[in-house]
Amino acid sequence: MLLRYAGQRILMLIPVSICISLVIFMIVHMLPGDPIDNLLRIGSSPQERALMTAKYGLDQSLFSQYLLWMGAMFQGDFGQAIVLRRPVADLISQNLPYSLTLGALAFAFSSVVGMLLGTLSTVVKSPMMERFVRGFILLGSTVPSFWLALLMILAFAVTLDWFPVSGAKGWESLVLPVLTIGFGGVALVARVTRVALMDAKREDFVMLLHAKGLAPSVILWRHLFPHALLPVVTILALRIGWILGGAVTVEFVFGRPGLGSLLIRALGQRDYPVVQGCLLMLALAVMLGTLIGDLAQASMDPRVREAKK
Amino acid sequence: MLAVQDLGVAFGDIEPLSSVSFALERGEILGIVGESGSGKSLTAMSVMGLLPLQGGRITRGSVNFDGQELTRLPEKEYRKLRGGRIGLITQNPMTSLDPLQKIGIQIDSVIELHLGLNRTQARARTVDILGSLRIPEPSLICDRYPHQMSGGMKQRIVIAMALAADPDLLIADEPTTALDVTVQAQIIKLLKDLVKERDLALILITHDMSVVAQTCDKVVVMYAGRAIEQGDVQAIFHRPQHPYTQALIQCIPHGLAKGQKLTGIKGVVPTVKNYPQGCAFHPRCERAQAICSQQQPAFISVENSFEGLRTATAGSTMKSTVACHFPGEQA
Repeated sequence: MLLRYAGQRILMLIPVSICISLVIFMIVHMLPGDPIDNLLRIGSSPQERALMTAKYGLDQSLFSQYLLWMGAMFQGDFGQAIVLRRPVADLISQNLPYSLTLGALAFAFSSVVGMLLGTLSTVVKSPMMERFVRGFILLGSTVPSFWLALLMILAFAVTLDWFPVSGAKGWESLVLPVLTIGFGGVALVARVTRVALMDAKREDFVMLLHAKGLAPSVILWRHLFPHALLPVVTILALRIGWILGGAVTVEFVFGRPGLGSLLIRALGQRDYPVVQGCLLMLALAVMLGTLIGDLAQASMDPRVREAKK
Repeated sequence: MLAVQDLGVAFGDIEPLSSVSFALERGEILGIVGESGSGKSLTAMSVMGLLPLQGGRITRGSVNFDGQELTRLPEKEYRKLRGGRIGLITQNPMTSLDPLQKIGIQIDSVIELHLGLNRTQARARTVDILGSLRIPEPSLICDRYPHQMSGGMKQRIVIAMALAADPDLLIADEPTTALDVTVQAQIIKLLKDLVKERDLALILITHDMSVVAQTCDKVVVMYAGRAIEQGDVQAIFHRPQHPYTQALIQCIPHGLAKGQKLTGIKGVVPTVKNYPQGCAFHPRCERAQAICSQQQPAFISVENSFEGLRTATAGSTMKSTVACHFPGEQA
């Protein structure tokens, strides 16, 4: 049952990816400005410009450019960066590990701490705890991450000198970025967990669980928590993609290499192949995230497995 | 076996339940009737000790179960009774099972918890119980999820869960309200048979007087959180003393020709915050006098002679209790 569902979901990704590639291609190419501006010396003649444009195939129609790009990609060729003059695949594979490490750590941090905090806030019934969690959730969901990043640097790198200000050398340089990205995630996950748990508590069947004589801890962990996990999984799945691309500003502030930094730089230079490659990777991450989320949900909830038959 | 005395329940400053008393023996079915909001379910929750779950507490009275005083029972001890010696059947079978767990596991867990059997033994017992409730292919059902079953089937599962640890007392809170009419009759018959076969005591909470008439041995009629009239089912149905009880009985549609109007009771049950002074029923009562709005009526015992009635109990005397300033049969 689950396997069939997974198969269907994976097949559905094919048309979606084609649509996404088309959209990405069009958006990038319709932006004003082009990469040739970055390659020509000031005062070059229109002839030189035409020559350069032809060299990169930018004089052809948009449609044939798209086909060319897609055709090459099916052969594993992401193209050549126009401004950076290196294969796009190299650039991505160089930067991706940094983003993945940061993303994975921040993801793990925010899901574990967030779920714990959210659960704790419903179990411990003290006004102090309540106020603390509420305040934390409010702060975490409203403080912008780039600003938090600056505060972190000021407090823990400059003043206390515990961690490096920037760069990507060793695990020390990961601590502040992970905390910065994770902070917002923790707040989000804690909030969703808390609300979902309180909703689950109000469900009719909980009364009957108590009537069965089960201990409250058994009810919480064996029945309420799995229910609360359903919306949490959805949120987390959406965050998988977000964390890869959404870390852009944080990567930037901490001066870390990564997909986000690469994308920002390439965008500034209108380096079409690089921008397209990066965006495609991010879109892929979002799609994979959603897929993983859906599959996780289907494995937890029998109703989902059957509804999509 | 179960004796409830002068029970009072409060939620904060509000007191939605006061002076409810009744008693019940093995093999007996006690019906609690009343409109929505009259305190029927609260009474059930009080006996189950589940009031704190909803933010309420017992303020007065006693609940005595087999010599054990439940109002002072520590929560840990209470948990052994719940599901073990007292089983609960809830109102809406659609939402009373955990949708993420297979049926079998949900019943097994009660057996493992209260009878201390291991998983295999528990499953064997689950299959037995399901079979005894006339559920076809019980071992297949165990691997199903709740959403794959019909309402009537789910209610049987809930009943199986309540029976799993072989309880002495069953509390069924409107067990048929959410079901199809045809299924309703089956479930009521099933409960009736269970009481006989297993020598259980059953509290049947309902708002359907005709179900009470067909099923119960004793009746408690509740209105605005008070047991305004109670007694043996014969007494209540043949010699109802309280005008509210009389009105409820008149609401049972029988032998009506087409075009005839169904009887109803004018007005609605007051909400907890607006319980009227004096007798709570007086704003809706045709018999109401000045005293009714000032003073709460005390409980009066009534002895009924059943001479002249063509029932099995003809000739015997049956007792009932009523709280009304002007009790008596209808003029």
